[in-house]
Amino acid sequence: MTTYEAIIGLEIHIQLLTKSKAYCSDLAEYGALPNTQVSPISLAHPGTLPKHNKEVIEKAIMMGLALNCNITRNNRFDRKNYFYADLPKGYQITQDQTPICTGGFVSIKNKDGEEKSIRITRIHMEEDSGKSMHDQDLNDTLVDYNRAGVPLIELVSEPDLKSAEEAYEYVSEMRKLVRYLGICDGNMEEGSLRCDANVSIRPVGTTTFGTKVEIKNMNSISNVKRAIESEIIRQTELLNSGQTFVSETRGFNALKGQTFSMRTKEAANDYRYFPEPDLPPFIVSDAYLQQLTESLPSLPHQLYNRLKNELSLPEYDAKTITEDKDLTNYFLNITEHTSNYKSAANWTLGTIKSYLNEQAMHINDFHLNASKIAELIALIDLDKLSNSSASQLVFPELVKNPNESVLSIAERLNVIQTNDVNLISGIIAEVLAKYPDKVEEYKNGKKGLLGLFVGEVMKASKGKADPKTVNTEVIKALS
Amino acid sequence: MKKRFSSLIEIQKEINEGNLNLPELVQYYLTQINKNKHLNAFLEVFEEDAKEQAEEIQKKITLKTAGKLAGMVIAIKDNIVYKDHESSASSQILKGFTSLFSATVVERLLAEDAIIIGRTNCDEFAMGASNENSAFGPVLNAIDNTRVPGGSSGGSAVAVQADMCLASLGSDTGGSIRQPAAFTGIYGLYPTYGAISRWGLIAFASSFDQIGPFTSSVSDMSLLMNCITGKDENDASMAQIEALNIQLTDNTKPLKIAYINDCVNHEGLEESIQTKTFEFIEALKEKGHSLTPIDFPYLDQMVPCYQILTTAEASSNLSRFSGLTYGNRSNNAIDLESMYKTTRSEGFGAEVKRRIMLGTFVLTSDFYDAYYTKAQKVRQVIRQETLKIFENYDIILTPTTSTVAFKIGEKSNNPIAMYLADLFTVQANLAGIPALSIPYGTDDNGLPIGMQIMGKPFEESTLLQLAQQLQ
Repeated sequence: MTTYEAIIGLEIHIQLLTKSKAYCSDLAEYGALPNTQVSPISLAHPGTLPKHNKEVIEKAIMMGLALNCNITRNNRFDRKNYFYADLPKGYQITQDQTPICTGGFVSIKNKDGEEKSIRITRIHMEEDSGKSMHDQDLNDTLVDYNRAGVPLIELVSEPDLKSAEEAYEYVSEMRKLVRYLGICDGNMEEGSLRCDANVSIRPVGTTTFGTKVEIKNMNSISNVKRAIESEIIRQTELLNSGQTFVSETRGFNALKGQTFSMRTKEAANDYRYFPEPDLPPFIVSDAYLQQLTESLPSLPHQLYNRLKNELSLPEYDAKTITEDKDLTNYFLNITEHTSNYKSAANWTLGTIKSYLNEQAMHINDFHLNASKIAELIALIDLDKLSNSSASQLVFPELVKNPNESVLSIAERLNVIQTNDVNLISGIIAEVLAKYPDKVEEYKNGKKGLLGLFVGEVMKASKGKADPKTVNTEVIKALS
Repeated sequence: MKKRFSSLIEIQKEINEGNLNLPELVQYYLTQINKNKHLNAFLEVFEEDAKEQAEEIQKKITLKTAGKLAGMVIAIKDNIVYKDHESSASSQILKGFTSLFSATVVERLLAEDAIIIGRTNCDEFAMGASNENSAFGPVLNAIDNTRVPGGSSGGSAVAVQADMCLASLGSDTGGSIRQPAAFTGIYGLYPTYGAISRWGLIAFASSFDQIGPFTSSVSDMSLLMNCITGKDENDASMAQIEALNIQLTDNTKPLKIAYINDCVNHEGLEESIQTKTFEFIEALKEKGHSLTPIDFPYLDQMVPCYQILTTAEASSNLSRFSGLTYGNRSNNAIDLESMYKTTRSEGFGAEVKRRIMLGTFVLTSDFYDAYYTKAQKVRQVIRQETLKIFENYDIILTPTTSTVAFKIGEKSNNPIAMYLADLFTVQANLAGIPALSIPYGTDDNGLPIGMQIMGKPFEESTLLQLAQQLQ
């Protein structure tokens, strides 16, 4: 049997988070009642004209800069003509000839954990269509035009991806990136991020491309992976059994975990692209590009490198924190008040993240000042507070009383540890007096009993004795 | 033709002297409209609106708060939308359609207290040169009812010609204002592309279309231009300019005028027009202007280039008329595909369909480069070569048309002959420069003849000053 390798290219449609639509001032918000965000422009009434939305151009350029693309200076717009009920104008305003970004790349980790660069073909601006709803009425398809004209960028990769896992990594990376840039909420279920995959296979060692199949309707990143996996298997089985298949568009049935045929490419539309005469070219000036470059926020891989190299965090911590831009910001806020970065990372990924999960809360709604976490870390580092009382007792109380000082809460809860040697020695003497037999056994070599003594002393101190001091003093007392 | 008033200046003078008030004026024009119903110039008369406006503006006149256009009774072509009024572009597909907003030009007219008296008949979606393509019947030339008034803005031209209003707005994509102005003996202007907002103009070919006025006087033309030009955030393709400020004076500086040999000696040019053209040239010389014949060897390319580009744009611009969310959906539609097919088959007339098909064809990927790309290049050359003429001359002169108003039905079965009616006018649209048709006498049968003067971009004032001098 021949061994095949997969060649995968992805097209991602990214709905931009702008206040208004791409070519008019209608609101672009998701979730409004059907057909409430439609003006005569959205509905293509006679006599209406499109206009530029600078926010769209800005966000498209930001994505391009983040992906190391060339930014097109003279941006023209084109019309893509086709008839469909969700397209009131009968054409979509898009960029056919002059995509705003070309070239560029993004790094992903392949399955061996190695960096792999995936080339970007192009990013272009366009507008979304309305939404046809086939299941709302028995006889008719209903159309909601709120989405008609909402800005999109389409991001096309080169066919550099070799497996479903890599495709998964790539989409994850893109989603992380758009969230970092604040240009899209990255929500695949709501359709604000949509992915189509072009999949073909070829015998390992050959260089020509096999028959390409396009898969649509994968509404989560894991479905992207599952769909591609199943498609690779389908194609491999067909070729291995001596059959061929046609170039077509296939959907993905998530329940069955299988792709299914939607339409063949032969029936493809001629979209009759031509330059949009209603919109003048948009020129990106040096100054504008400079301004956007300077305002670009730190990107995930830059922050990852910073956390790993400058703050010396373990790879796992750096990766997990930088998955989320806002969590990263919180973490970085903590580090402005402490130099114990590892501890800051532990708090971020441990107590804080668990708290957020329990409360089903987003980090942006977590209003505890990061300096308070640094105060907790400082008390722990001074041996005045144990890790467990800090996270289990002080932290919950702190969240309730975010303006109270950490020290005052710890004192109020009576959990400040003491390292007063005189006090501790007194308790040790009492405890040892209770267990003369054990003391004898210890002295005869059963050193494992040390834990028992320390534990008893801690208990007798009601947890307030500093365990390190207790440890040292117990050893001293027994020697 | 004899008119009671030929300019707003006359009307305002009468009003100021207490000899006339606006309700009387409106009544005069309503009576005129009624008398001339057979010409089919108006699709709808906004009689009640006009009477109400007349009362209101008359009060403003008394209070001395009236706008610059107080006393201007004006008609608008049926492809210019007016809030809460019907706009159908003379098409069955839009019959009964009421706009939710007004065109920028309508807003600007109303802001200066013009009275909009009705909407005028035109070729369907402004496609035609005779006004025979309207879904609501042809418009007749008032001078000879067996003849066309020209098109596509035929109704707007005849409305002014037959004294049914003082002025009107039309739209011009390849001559649709100037050719009917010439056929009806009035002034018609294609403004510089980008001088007037297209917001609210039902698009035919976006990169050619401009709204422009028809008037009986140069002063009204100037005043209207001052009121309706200037940037508009609703139209991104516009020039970022303030409104024009044309001030006509008694002193016209001597101009360098070039006339195109190929036009004045064109084999298709009617003798009467040729004679008039040379008379016009002599008259200009007498006024102290220098007249120079020049060669411009692109005449044969202009109409084909224009046809390819305008039909391409039209095929896309008219895709929105499908019965989807407005307009007339066919009763024979049973599913989405049949909705498009039946609605568009039943709703569009033959000429519109012909142009949609032609435009669709030239944009298909197999023929795109051979037609569309090539035509774009030709347009570029024509634009550059036209602008080059202006390095040495102030004005380019041609007759507006090669024939006088032709008989109704004479060319309706010969689209090529009809397309050639635009022969001299498309140059301005291809180049985006202003062009004015000046009425200049008649032929032996009394049929009007027009002279076309073209100017540098945004130099409408030069054209109008020259026209003023000749008036």
